[in-house]
Amino acid sequence: MSSYRLTNLVLPISVVVASAVGLLVLAGTNPWDPLQLIVEGSIGWPPFEAGKSAKVGDTVMVWVPIALASAGLIVTFNAGMWNIGIEGQIIMGAIAAAFVAREVSAPRPLLVLLTILAGAVGGLLWGLLVGVLRTAGGVNEIFGGLGLDFVAISFTTYLIIDPWARTGVASTSGTDIFPDAALIPSLSDTRLSPLAIAIALLAIGGVWILFRGTLYGLKLKAVGANLRSSFLVGIPTNRYLLGAFMICGALAGIGGTVQATGFHFKLIPAISGGYGFLAILVVLLARYQAFWVIPISFFFAMIAVGSSQLDLRLDLNSALGGVLQGVLVLSAMFGLGWAAYRAKRQLQEASGGDSG
Amino acid sequence: MFDTATIASIVAGSSALMFATMGETINEKAGVINLSVDGSMMLAALAGFVIAFQTDIVWLGFPAAAAVGMSVALLIAFASIKLSLNQVAVGFVLFALCTQLSRFLGANYVGRRPVGVPTWEIPGLSSIPFFGPVFFDHNLVVYLSYLTVIATFLFMYRTRKGLELQGIGERPEAAHSRGIPVNKLRYFYTALGGALIGIGGAAFSLDVKLGWSDRLTRNLGWIVLAIVIFGGWHPLRAAFGVLLFGALQAYAINLVPEFPSLSQVLPSIPFPAMILALVIVNWKRLLKWLDRYPFLRAILRSDPPTAIGTRFKVN
Repeated sequence: MSSYRLTNLVLPISVVVASAVGLLVLAGTNPWDPLQLIVEGSIGWPPFEAGKSAKVGDTVMVWVPIALASAGLIVTFNAGMWNIGIEGQIIMGAIAAAFVAREVSAPRPLLVLLTILAGAVGGLLWGLLVGVLRTAGGVNEIFGGLGLDFVAISFTTYLIIDPWARTGVASTSGTDIFPDAALIPSLSDTRLSPLAIAIALLAIGGVWILFRGTLYGLKLKAVGANLRSSFLVGIPTNRYLLGAFMICGALAGIGGTVQATGFHFKLIPAISGGYGFLAILVVLLARYQAFWVIPISFFFAMIAVGSSQLDLRLDLNSALGGVLQGVLVLSAMFGLGWAAYRAKRQLQEASGGDSG
Repeated sequence: MFDTATIASIVAGSSALMFATMGETINEKAGVINLSVDGSMMLAALAGFVIAFQTDIVWLGFPAAAAVGMSVALLIAFASIKLSLNQVAVGFVLFALCTQLSRFLGANYVGRRPVGVPTWEIPGLSSIPFFGPVFFDHNLVVYLSYLTVIATFLFMYRTRKGLELQGIGERPEAAHSRGIPVNKLRYFYTALGGALIGIGGAAFSLDVKLGWSDRLTRNLGWIVLAIVIFGGWHPLRAAFGVLLFGALQAYAINLVPEFPSLSQVLPSIPFPAMILALVIVNWKRLLKWLDRYPFLRAILRSDPPTAIGTRFKVN
């Protein structure tokens, strides 16, 4: 799979800018203000100005779960699997972490470690379930995963309004705030947690190494490229598929932990933030390459955080951010597809052209 | 609890899913997966709503919605056939894009109400006991949804063109060698399927749940994709799946007063139930046992078109 060249980047970016301007003019606003607000609302304007570290901290802490989920998705995509169950895996990670945060009392470092481990296990099991449905039940992973997403969402809401309801009032706004000892340590006055950043970078590095230098990664890729041939040459394909789902689920589950104990500090109904689906877009744009996940998911986190201000400040629907993300990925895919098509045509014409 | 009125409301409420399920069945039968349904249906629902609201003519909403669904489907066909891109990937991105686009463009229409589809009981038929109120006391959109199911079935299994449609999804090479223009027909059936998905969207926003709200049709599209599999790519069985889903949903909502703490959980029961159904129709050992009973096997099996999701290139 070829990587990006400069020309392949110019097209998607200009399409995004053009469609953003078009949509905003259509909505009857000056296009510059919302775009500036997206940057200002996520990293400050001018960017990274001193004294605005809280904003940057929020954006980085949105980046962490997206990056973790993207790292996991690279594994399942390489194994040829569409892990749409990623949302449910993030959610089950958050629920498992919330359980530990609420029920276990231990010194802070130990408790934080336990919440992270619990999140990993929660996501892993939920991912494994998608894998088992696929390998043993013959249920396509897209539908198994999607169904389990719904189950996870309902389960969260159930926990919040009944067994884990806030003391006094049961409401869908979330559980009680977790005890301090369970929260991921962060820099003062911000959500920015060096520990969370380190985990995300480690995950991306780990996935990079997995597919660059290990036999396991190579076999996973073989399974993804051709399931049947891999089976015929003796690779236990089902075990590899389950492995991919478990790795992805565990990373997504840690992302869920970070959402619960590092961003919202409690369990809320929309705990995944939709970051699982967003991560699928990130990985498609990154063309399944671990390194590219770092900048692309940061850019997506910026759009997600920045556009959430649009409703309040400019009375524009915050879905604008999602539209721009979608246009970006779609135009990048079409751009690359078109370039490949042209290259093939030219090759055919040069070689005298057999009919096509 | 399943009295005549409830059953009638299940039938009336299923029209949106019926259109969209037939659409997706048609394009998957031709070998093209349109994974964008959840998004394209939503954007089409908005388009239909806006046109009907602005013109005050409800029927104009349907062609507008069909055009939106068709455009999205054609993008997927073009990406797959011409540019050799992955259908599932393009479909997923279009799902995300259309969903967000419907939210952004629809923000100013939330809560507005257009004229709805007028009720029209079919004289004579509607006075048949039970069947009358259940099937013939609704409106034109609901009746058209029955006709679409019947027409899809008859076309697929009783006409030569329908045989060609099955051929390009099952054995595109063989179809090609018999002079059938595989890719041209795939464009056509994907567009047709997309148009029906769009009409399904409009049936929802203009009839089933008149009005517009943020993510009005959310998750319906995913249900459509699951029902197509459950339906074994057969229009009549898929239609049965739609009604079963409606019944399950009505049943779950009915249980809420008895289990108030599960009020958030019960409405989502059809989703895990759908997984269970997929497990059953894919259960190898069960299917092996069923092989001895061809009739049961024919009822329960769910074999996808052989060439589904693959590209066809002439060499």
